[in-house]
Amino acid sequence: MSQSNRILGGQVDRAQALSFAWNGTTLTGYQGDTLASALLANGQRLVGRSFKYHRPRGIFTAGSEEPNALVQLRSGAAQEPNTRATTVELFNGLEATSQNHRGSLKHDLMAVMDLMSPFLAAGFYYKTFMWPKAFWEKLYEPMIRGSAGLGRLSMQDDPDIYDHGYLHCDVLVIGAGPAGLTAALAAGRVGLRVILADEDFTAGGRLNSETYDVDGQAGADWAAALTGELEAMDNVRVMKRTTVFGVYDHGIYGVLERKTDHLASSDGKPRQVHWRLYSKRTVLCAGATERSIAFGNNDRPGIMMAGAVRSYANRFGVTAGQKVAVFTNNDDGLRTAQDLAAKGIEVLGIIDARAGDFVVDTKGRHGLRKVILNNNTQIEADCLAVSGGWSPNVHLTSHHRSRPIWRDDLAAFVPPQDLPFGMVVAGAANGAMTLSAAIKDAHAAATAIATDLGAGGATGAVPQASDEDFDIKPFWHVAQSKKRAWVDLQNDVTTKDVKQSYQEGFRSVEHLKRYTTLGMATDQGKTSNILGLALMTEATGKTIEDTGTTIFRPPYNPVAIGALAGRARGKDFRPYRLTPSHEWAQDNGADFVESGAWLRAQWFKRPGEKGWRDSVDREVTMTRKSVGICDVTTLGKIDIQGRDAAEFLNPFMPTLS
Amino acid sequence: MIINHPRLGPRDSSEFVYKGDANLIDRPDGLTASPDEMHDYAYLRDNPAGLIRELWYHEQGDRSWLVVTRNTLTHEIEAVKMARDVARARGRAK
Repeated sequence: MSQSNRILGGQVDRAQALSFAWNGTTLTGYQGDTLASALLANGQRLVGRSFKYHRPRGIFTAGSEEPNALVQLRSGAAQEPNTRATTVELFNGLEATSQNHRGSLKHDLMAVMDLMSPFLAAGFYYKTFMWPKAFWEKLYEPMIRGSAGLGRLSMQDDPDIYDHGYLHCDVLVIGAGPAGLTAALAAGRVGLRVILADEDFTAGGRLNSETYDVDGQAGADWAAALTGELEAMDNVRVMKRTTVFGVYDHGIYGVLERKTDHLASSDGKPRQVHWRLYSKRTVLCAGATERSIAFGNNDRPGIMMAGAVRSYANRFGVTAGQKVAVFTNNDDGLRTAQDLAAKGIEVLGIIDARAGDFVVDTKGRHGLRKVILNNNTQIEADCLAVSGGWSPNVHLTSHHRSRPIWRDDLAAFVPPQDLPFGMVVAGAANGAMTLSAAIKDAHAAATAIATDLGAGGATGAVPQASDEDFDIKPFWHVAQSKKRAWVDLQNDVTTKDVKQSYQEGFRSVEHLKRYTTLGMATDQGKTSNILGLALMTEATGKTIEDTGTTIFRPPYNPVAIGALAGRARGKDFRPYRLTPSHEWAQDNGADFVESGAWLRAQWFKRPGEKGWRDSVDREVTMTRKSVGICDVTTLGKIDIQGRDAAEFLNPFMPTLS
Repeated sequence: MIINHPRLGPRDSSEFVYKGDANLIDRPDGLTASPDEMHDYAYLRDNPAGLIRELWYHEQGDRSWLVVTRNTLTHEIEAVKMARDVARARGRAK
């Protein structure tokens, strides 16, 4: 199959074609693709079925915030469900399958659930499965268990190895976008020990997805050059494919490095390493995540975040559609139209909510065909790029319970004053939403840390970038839409569910989350939370500021249980303790019994003895007649105290003189 | 959590064993104390939202006992002292 949506440009290596299997069909992509970009390049818009209603779903974002494109990777014991296609690096021979359907992906028998949606609104299971009591165990629970979850576990032991490790540094920089690279370089130049961690496999963050210039170079080239400079410094460690997922006490961070996930086989090496990282100071440069707008049938494959459409075009050389429309409430959405037009993609229309234009409905059973506007105009688009503005990634700032602060001018939450130990926030994560502002912010943060830690020398000049336009008018949902409008795609939460939650008295954000499941599951509502909040504030008449947000807790992104367990699993979870005589006992045919953590010899079987009783009788008789030796190491310790204790013990310690 | 050991510097809390409220140092004299006093000493603990003094035993380290003053709301550690020094100052040990 040809890559019908592949366009020129991007950072993929066209000399290295990779073949992979999608639901059994062999497709090709290039080195540097993610599974998502390769699927889009091959025109695969439908990639999964939604959790509750089994609605057809496509790729929605280009990053770890992906709510829709959850796929199953590999096969056999290494099978891994619920992996975000947007973060999976393509490799030769990758096997991926779609999830949550009976029958084929296109003709899912469970799609009938969508027709039952009037009965499956928020909290339906609290009300529906109450009676008769006897039905619970026999009918309801098996039924719920059968339909719960998305992918399937292999039910075999995980064949991979996971390791634990410890890292120490002066400055931890989280995120290798323009702000993170700037901060890391400034801190590295003054000789501080720096660790720069980013979840992506290429440093540069949004610079790879945009067409900005920094210091007179294309943004992606500048990022690559800077990364090279950092990697050459002895005091700097650049960690790609590494997620800082949790903030713990006193400058300790939970960090997950994916070592072999991008390879066909881990080849006996650890697949992932769970690092416990100790830092004196931390610069959080986690950037921002684009959020959606709720309008009728806004969940069809082909409807994507505007920034993601730009990522696929600029970074991967893939267009998300042949005929694109843009729906935005801010200047950033307009850039998607510009960038696509510059690459020769047909942009059929820009629907700017600030000008009073809205999308009220969409058509297309397995993928977008038509967009319908409030003035009844119909646009025959196969891709709709949506931008509801950007939310700073404040998650890690709240792991110690402080709450982010609402800023009206950005229509977003920014980090609180009260940050975890040693942490500062810089760049878009700090509300510096334009490139030049983000870089300046990060440089200033790193310089302040250098002074604070007493590092001498110059942090270097501030990289220069143009300041793009940033204007946003809060716009959350199209009230004129009669059709169901999705807020949280992963949990199938609609605007109606949020209203119902309000009507039934679940009005605090934490109740809203639990009652509707808005913002739960693997994406934790990265693209949907603010939208849900805004809808609740409309119902209550309060401001977003007063409503607040749910608390963020670790992990930032899903972490495999295997990585948390490390080597401590199976036998190694609780290793046997062996007595000094163990080897001798083994050689002499001892039968061992577990005694606490110890293995203790019970009896020694001799040839001709039929059962344990024969052996024990012989041993007892022998001990009574002559002598027996018992190793009682397992029974306890001997505590020797007093002035000459060491002297007394010396003769027993061969290592001491 | 990191405990700033008075002799060994900052150490990870995983090296330590938590041994409870530091008031355990103030054990009443078993020969003269009333049953109520002994009961309170053995069983009653405060559960403050804020500063608490607790005993930490450096089992994986130098085997010293420390008195750590910690804020239960923020996990900030305000002071770390050798338990022996604390006990001596209170007339408990030689």
